[in-house]
Amino acid sequence: MAGTAVRGRLTWATATVGAVSDETAQVRTLRLEVPDWPGHQAGQHLDVRLTADDGYQAERAYSIAAAPGEPLAITVERLDDGEVSPYLTQDARPGDEFEVRGPVGGYFVWEPAFGGPLLLAAGGSGVVPLRAILRHRARTGSAVPVRLLYSSRSWQDVIYSSELDFPPEGVQVIHTLTRSQPPAWTGYARRVDREMLAEVAWPAGAPSPSAGPLAYVCGPTSFVESVAASLVALGYPAERVKTERFGATGQ
Amino acid sequence: MDTLDDAAVDGNAIGGLLIEVFGAEMTTAVGTCGSCGAVSQVAELAVYRPGLGTVVRCRACGAVLMTFVTIRGVICVDLQGLASLTG
Amino acid sequence: MSPISRGFRRRREEAPAGRVPPGQYVTADFPVLSAGPTPRTPLTEWSFSIAGGREPKMWTWEQFRMLPTETLTTDIHCVTRWSKLDTVWEGVSLDVLLGAVDYSARYVLAFSDGGYTTNLPVADLLGGKAWVAFGFGGAPLGAEHGGPARLLVPHLYFWKSAKWVRGLRLRDTDEPGFWENYGYHMYGDPWREQRYAGD
Repeated sequence: MAGTAVRGRLTWATATVGAVSDETAQVRTLRLEVPDWPGHQAGQHLDVRLTADDGYQAERAYSIAAAPGEPLAITVERLDDGEVSPYLTQDARPGDEFEVRGPVGGYFVWEPAFGGPLLLAAGGSGVVPLRAILRHRARTGSAVPVRLLYSSRSWQDVIYSSELDFPPEGVQVIHTLTRSQPPAWTGYARRVDREMLAEVAWPAGAPSPSAGPLAYVCGPTSFVESVAASLVALGYPAERVKTERFGATGQ
Repeated sequence: MDTLDDAAVDGNAIGGLLIEVFGAEMTTAVGTCGSCGAVSQVAELAVYRPGLGTVVRCRACGAVLMTFVTIRGVICVDLQGLASLTG
Repeated sequence: MSPISRGFRRRREEAPAGRVPPGQYVTADFPVLSAGPTPRTPLTEWSFSIAGGREPKMWTWEQFRMLPTETLTTDIHCVTRWSKLDTVWEGVSLDVLLGAVDYSARYVLAFSDGGYTTNLPVADLLGGKAWVAFGFGGAPLGAEHGGPARLLVPHLYFWKSAKWVRGLRLRDTDEPGFWENYGYHMYGDPWREQRYAGD
């Protein structure tokens, strides 16, 4: 058996970069080719590991931007003091290789059978796994109503803006731009707060751990903490609010 | 516990590490804090990664539940802060 | 064997020869690395204590701030490989604090708000090598960097410079603190690259 390894989701696999496309000045989507990719669920992420020629390695987690069944892709935000994100968003080009492990995550996932209505709350690059959820909903023909509340610094920072400008039937996208707004902007222009959520979120209804709106909140830790606390204060059972904290980001 | 520190993430971020340690998806596993008894899914625990290792804390009382340190390729796993971890 | 990611390299910045210990790179940042939430102890409740001497000794914040202080410029080296040069601190020397205690112990366990601990030889706290620092860069030390006061022992890896320090326990034997318990080096000299036990 020496030398044989059963390749499975527990091991590192070699990913080859395919096409890359810039979503914003700071954010890039990379298509990845991974042999024998086992598929994934909407909301899961990949661990990415880079190896330098002196053997130095650095590892980070990135949410999968694609829906199950679509070509694998990650969307990466460049952090000014980052070590991996500057490489992925500026240096990596088609044909380059690095390692990935995954898909990872069984908690922050959505399947049509989970129902809804869905409230998706995104802070900055927290929109990435939520976009995978939206695309999965569309591909499966689910009619679950969705509201996406998406906080960005400015319109130039909105990721997937053209896709979100034309949401499918049953999906509403509400933006808030916290630092600067285009002329004639009539939308929200501040950080998400309880008042905004009271206006945007589906009413909690009779609290139940197995029925009623389901919320997915993703983004910088302080964003997630604040939104999750507000949703619970508005009557969402804690079990109906799923959270994924990205730590401190460029926000 | 004040977890408004942006430095903290949650158990989602260590999903890969947990698969490496336990051989299975663990973010939906349920942990009980050995200090205060709070029950939580691993994905919702507070996770600190200061570079020297990974420290997982109870969100209710701040007690350390799990610590993972990797040195020379060997992962040291300390679960003593948990009363139980199931699923 | 992991495939090489073309063009990826670890951060490395030019530093004057001999300034930076082996395996380190210089940063202008000051990374915030914590094993837990930032404690918020009000100064009215803060104290620094030394236990394990002939008698316990304690200073309130007011008493602590009446002690003689020093300003120093030094380099700091983190085991996660970043070094920061010419950092400016203000603090009370451990020579002053330990000088107020009658003791014979050779080791300390430093302890902090939030439960963090780290161990050091007493000899490495004396002779102008260590401070309880309350100022950084000419301003009060920020909470995320260990304020109101942290241990500062720049000749050792920076995990020994315990943030949010609240005191020392003098001991006759060297017992591992939080990270040392999991395999980090008991002493931690960056110039001998003592990152892990056995180095």
